[in-house]
Amino acid sequence: MIKSILLHGAVIALLIVLEPVLSEYHHGNLARILVLATYAVGYNILFGYTGLLSLGHAMFFAAGMYGCALMVRLAEWSVGPAFLFGVVCALVAGLVVGMLALRTIGVGFMIVTLMFAEAAHLTIAYYNEYTRGDEGFTIPQAVRTVAGLDLSDTTTRYFAALVLFSVCLIGSAALVQSRAGRVLVAIRENEDRVRMLGFNPFRYKLLALVLSAVMAGAAGAAYAVLFGYAGSTFASVQYSIFPLLWVLLGGPGTTLGPLLGTVLMFYLVDYASGTVMPGLAAFVEGSFGIEAPGLASAYLLLVGIALVLLVLFAPRGVLGVVRARVMPWLP
Amino acid sequence: MLTLKDVDAYYGNVQVLRGMALQARAGEILCLLGRNGAGKTTTLKTIMGLVRAQTGTITLDGEDITALPAHSVPVRGIGYVPQGRRLFAEMTVAENLEIGLMTRGRGRDVRERMLDLFPVLRDRLKQVSGTLSGGEQQMLAMARALCLEPRVLLLDEPTEGLQPSMIALIRDVVTQLKGGDTAVILVEQRVEAVLSVADRVLFIENGAPRETVDAATLRADPALVQRYVGVG
Repeated sequence: MIKSILLHGAVIALLIVLEPVLSEYHHGNLARILVLATYAVGYNILFGYTGLLSLGHAMFFAAGMYGCALMVRLAEWSVGPAFLFGVVCALVAGLVVGMLALRTIGVGFMIVTLMFAEAAHLTIAYYNEYTRGDEGFTIPQAVRTVAGLDLSDTTTRYFAALVLFSVCLIGSAALVQSRAGRVLVAIRENEDRVRMLGFNPFRYKLLALVLSAVMAGAAGAAYAVLFGYAGSTFASVQYSIFPLLWVLLGGPGTTLGPLLGTVLMFYLVDYASGTVMPGLAAFVEGSFGIEAPGLASAYLLLVGIALVLLVLFAPRGVLGVVRARVMPWLP
Repeated sequence: MLTLKDVDAYYGNVQVLRGMALQARAGEILCLLGRNGAGKTTTLKTIMGLVRAQTGTITLDGEDITALPAHSVPVRGIGYVPQGRRLFAEMTVAENLEIGLMTRGRGRDVRERMLDLFPVLRDRLKQVSGTLSGGEQQMLAMARALCLEPRVLLLDEPTEGLQPSMIALIRDVVTQLKGGDTAVILVEQRVEAVLSVADRVLFIENGAPRETVDAATLRADPALVQRYVGVG
């Protein structure tokens, strides 16, 4: 327990210390990563700890994002109440979807969550008069303030993202250590056995899904507020797959895995799309005289290879391997 | 006391229990004996609500529990150790016990009693349960069920696949439950194991109860075993 508290404290302290020393480029990246890692922390509660694989989590991220951004844009709310409204939207979405989707298991649950998310995505596109569809809309810099703090300022934005991430990380760690957390892990291990020990799995799975949705919604609302943009891309299936990949890479069922996975994946995509694939395209053109304009943007090829290697050689993710081999106490 | 009266149960359209009836009394060990597929495990699952009783009643100390959802049955005080142990393999021994304690809000004193009953678990508290030996896993499964302080304990072939020394340990623990507040229903294939612990034996055939005898009668009349189990 003490080791766990120290480790989480050290990670948060490291993120604080990094702020003034990061270059402008990495500073902006890390702020974005912290928001997305918050999303992944929420996803990990459902997938990593409870064993439920959702393919529709983008709807919760989008519920938070649009719940917040539309209130600012259309109702002219200030960002504080709008942020809370976004979180409430995600909570309600989690409750409604959970009540229905949790009546299915396994592949059925994946399909039902995917269908709900697609319906949400299409709804956002259909009401493009308000949502502006794929094009999205921006939130003016002037209104992105809370308690006198300018959230568009890079330092304020970084620390706001860090506060949100830290709250969710500590909440996630506390949940895992709690009695309810133990039942969630037990459900992942053997749901029937949990039932035979006198627990109602549905109730606990609903709790996990709602908590997960709330964190996803908080991340979506924070993204809108901190980066001043909302768009339907964030409701697409791609944004349901991302948190799964981040968690898989970092280590499902580890509290810090989502952060590590998000960092690694973010920079893998960044490096592949900015350096490796354009370089490969230039090499092919220079050596063989073949123009390959598509190659420069085919960075997902490299990401795919990395994921195949991960699944083959480290299916428990990076921190899952660390826990199995070096640090068995890792939460 | 747990009582089953005229219980019928089905897997889909196939009837698997026909008028099942039994009584399990506190401090007593009732063994269910019968051939493979006779309905012994299904009887336990029906008590637990995992297989729904279509007709008949199941009562626990006078309370009708026939229609309770499966997760409510353990809360009433019925512990179940299924065949194959079914531990939470990636959780530690301590975490497995904690889950058992949570069911009925039992505390550290109950945990200590379980560790006194199964001392080998005390040395393994931080060990991941999936890495325990078969016998240790069985002890943990029993300890976890006993953490409920059950009024009735259902054991489905607890000595299956264990080495003789472990079988003796498990048998000792089951014997210690005699005379206490817990009724034990034991499904067991090995006749000598039944004879060593049972107070009464219920023979089951084709999903129906055939005959209930006490252990002394069974020892005196091996033909009973031959008739219902096919060995003697």
